[in-house]
Amino acid sequence: MSSRRSRSRQQTGSSRNITDEQIADLVSKLQQLIPEIRNRPSDTQVSASKVLQETCNYIRSLHREVDDLSDRLSDLLATTDTDSAQAAIIRSLLSQ
Amino acid sequence: MASSISETNFEESKRIKRRKTGDELRDPDTIDHTRWRSESEQRIYSTKLVEAIRQVRRNSSPENKVSSGRDIRDAADGVLAVAAKGRTRWSRAILASRLRLRLAHNNMKHKKARVAKVTGSIRSKMPEKKRSIPALQRKAKVLSRLVPGCRKVSFPNLLEETTDYISALEMQVRAMAALTELLTGSPVDRLTSTSDS
Repeated sequence: MSSRRSRSRQQTGSSRNITDEQIADLVSKLQQLIPEIRNRPSDTQVSASKVLQETCNYIRSLHREVDDLSDRLSDLLATTDTDSAQAAIIRSLLSQ
Repeated sequence: MASSISETNFEESKRIKRRKTGDELRDPDTIDHTRWRSESEQRIYSTKLVEAIRQVRRNSSPENKVSSGRDIRDAADGVLAVAAKGRTRWSRAILASRLRLRLAHNNMKHKKARVAKVTGSIRSKMPEKKRSIPALQRKAKVLSRLVPGCRKVSFPNLLEETTDYISALEMQVRAMAALTELLTGSPVDRLTSTSDS
């Protein structure tokens, strides 16, 4: 870890010291976003490694969802006209 | 040897960092991640997405009649990046890669197929440590590959970008699911469920 930090300091050229506290703060913020970890009943602190792992899994699952939705949308839009789709959206916006 | 290579990296990155507003850890308050949860943001995204899809279909109709899922995905990512208003690295990376693709496409169209691709070859020349990398670092590397444009950022900035990217992705999924629901008239079952919708 120290080698990576020295390399990054070399690259950025600015002498900023990133405290462990800052990193822990960011990790906890990230922790709140991941539903896997957020919905756990236990309140104990999760290890940073676990947080990173769950984050990667979560992003991958989100990507999969977007791909899946894009495929469905492309199929749907092939059959219906986008004008009617836009009309449906506007209608829903107006009705709110 | 390795020092000279790292020096050019250092000089280059120093120049680039001076051009940009700096790669220091930004004040978290300046980047508001909660706006991805607002209804208005999602609605704006939905309308822009539909407009982008229409454009994709208009551009692609001479070649292929139906736009593939990939086209929709690219359009959705592009609109998402625009919605970020350039404040985050991942959004700028998405826009930059799309611009590069479009330029390359135009170059090929005009038969000037001299696309200069600058890959990260300097990294491969640097001696990679073959011994075991700590698990945390390995995971951070994997994460940096998942978030666009974040392969070389520092760890704190990577976490910062990740939080924003996740919130944006969640909004993207919500908006596209809502759009699909509108078109099919039946609810979409989600893989994950966010607590607030």
